[in-house]
Amino acid sequence: MNTDWKLSRRKVALETRAALIQAVREFFLSRNYLEVETPQRIPAPAPEAHIDAFLSEEWFLQTSPEVCMKRMLAAGYPRIFQICRCFRRHERGDRHLPEFTMLEWYRAGIDYHDLMEECEDLFLFLVGKMRGERSLEYRGEKIDLGKPWGRISVRDAFDLFATISMTVSLEKGLFDETLVRDIEPRLGRGKPTFLYDYPAALGALARTKRQDKGLAERFEIYLSGLEIANGFSELTDPDEQRRRFEEENRRRRLAGKGVCPLPDRFLESLRHLPESAGIALGVDRLAMIFCDASSIDEVVAFTPEEL
Amino acid sequence: MYTASDLRKGLRIMLDDDPYIVVDFQFVKPGKGQSLYRCKLRNLLVGTMVDRTFREVDTFKPADMQEKTMQFLYREGDHYNFMDTESYEQIHLMEEQIGDAKNFLIDNMEVRILLFRDRPIDITLPNFVDLVVTEAPPWIKGDTVSGNYKPVILETGYKVAVPPFIEQGEKIRIDTRSGEYLTRVKE
Repeated sequence: MNTDWKLSRRKVALETRAALIQAVREFFLSRNYLEVETPQRIPAPAPEAHIDAFLSEEWFLQTSPEVCMKRMLAAGYPRIFQICRCFRRHERGDRHLPEFTMLEWYRAGIDYHDLMEECEDLFLFLVGKMRGERSLEYRGEKIDLGKPWGRISVRDAFDLFATISMTVSLEKGLFDETLVRDIEPRLGRGKPTFLYDYPAALGALARTKRQDKGLAERFEIYLSGLEIANGFSELTDPDEQRRRFEEENRRRRLAGKGVCPLPDRFLESLRHLPESAGIALGVDRLAMIFCDASSIDEVVAFTPEEL
Repeated sequence: MYTASDLRKGLRIMLDDDPYIVVDFQFVKPGKGQSLYRCKLRNLLVGTMVDRTFREVDTFKPADMQEKTMQFLYREGDHYNFMDTESYEQIHLMEEQIGDAKNFLIDNMEVRILLFRDRPIDITLPNFVDLVVTEAPPWIKGDTVSGNYKPVILETGYKVAVPPFIEQGEKIRIDTRSGEYLTRVKE
C-alpha cells in the first residue's frame, strides 16, 4: 500500500513547478542573462536585523545569494541570474519554508523602475508559456498580468489603507503589523501591485532616493495579497553599506540575537559595482500562484515535517 | 515557557490568566520585516475567540492542566458523555468544546480529557483512528492515475478525500491532527 499518498497527490503541482522553472530559464537566456551558481555555504551573509542564518560549522548557509552575485556584477558580469536554495531559521508557515528556492537576478545600467518593467515582462512571458494567455486565476480571483501593473508608494498605501501614516507607524514600532494587517491583503487585487519607496531603514542594501534620503529605492511585488519578490536599486557606496550593516548588527544585538561577521570582500567589491538593480523572487510562491495553491506545502515534494 | 516560535495549532497557553488553545495560526513576515505570529485563540473556559498577533520576543506559560484517559460513551444533543476509565466517574463536554474531534469520535473510543482546576475543558484524540467508509462513489475501472482522489463519507459523517480504489464498507486510517486519509486498513 502506498503510504506516501500525499506525495503522490502533488504530482500535478510538481510538474507545473518544473515547467515554470524551465520557462523562467528560457526568459532570462533569451535576454542574454548568464545563469550562475554561487556557493550556498558562505563565511558571512549580509547582516539583517530580522533574517537568521543557519550555522554550518564555522560558516553559514546563505539566506540569499546576494553577496556573491553582487561581487560578480562588480567584476564585470552585467546580467546574471540564479535559481538556488536559501535557508532561513525559524521561518515556517503557509508561505514560508526554512529551506526554499530563490530566483535572483541582477542587471547593470538600470534602476528599480526599469526592473519593475522587467518583472512585468517576465510574468507575461511565464503566463503566455504556461497558459497561452495574459491572465490567470488564483484562489478564485482573476489576475490580469497585462502591463502596466498597479504602482503605489508605501507612504500612499498607508494613507489609503491604514489608520496611521507611515511615519507614525515607524515611530510607534507598528510598521510591520500595520503592513501585514491593513495593507498587504489589499494589494495585487485583479492585477499585480508594486509597493515601492520603503523607509530607508527597511532596505539595508538599497540605494536611497536622491530627492529624499529617508526613502530607499526598493519595491515588492504583490499578487492577490501574496508577496512574491523584493527588488531595489543597488547601493554602490562601500562606506555607507558598512554603516548600514553595523546598524543591522546593532539591532540584532538589541534583540539578543547573534551578531554576524561583516562580508569584507563584498564591501570592497562595491567600489566597482556599476549602477544596477537586482531582485529576489520566491520560486515556491511563484509556483503557488501557477498551481493555485493556498499553502507552500502543496508545491514542494517534501516539507521539513515530512522528512 | 513557550516562545512565539513554538506557537502552532492546538497549543494550549495561558493568556491574561485564562487557558487558551490556538485554533488558527499564521506565520507572517513582510519582506525585511520581523516575524509575526497571527493567532486565533479560543478561551478554554468560556469558549470565546480572540485574534492576537505576537512577536518573536513574546513568551507564554503553558496552560497548567491535568489529563485523564476516558472512554467516549454516547452523544445526547450537544452533550458528549465520557467515563473516567479508572474512577468510572462520568463527565460531559459541550459540542463547541469538542470542536473538530466530533468528526472522528466513535462509541467506546479512548481519548484524553483535559481538566483545568478539575473542570473538563478539552479533548485530545489518538493521532490515528480507523473509521468505516459508509458512502463512496464507485471505483471507475482504469482510473489508476496516482494523485487522483474522490470524496467519501465516513461512519461519523465526516467527508474526506481518498484514493479512487477505496470502496464502501472498507476501513481507513485518518490522521486526526490533519483530518487527512493515511491508508487502507486490512482487517
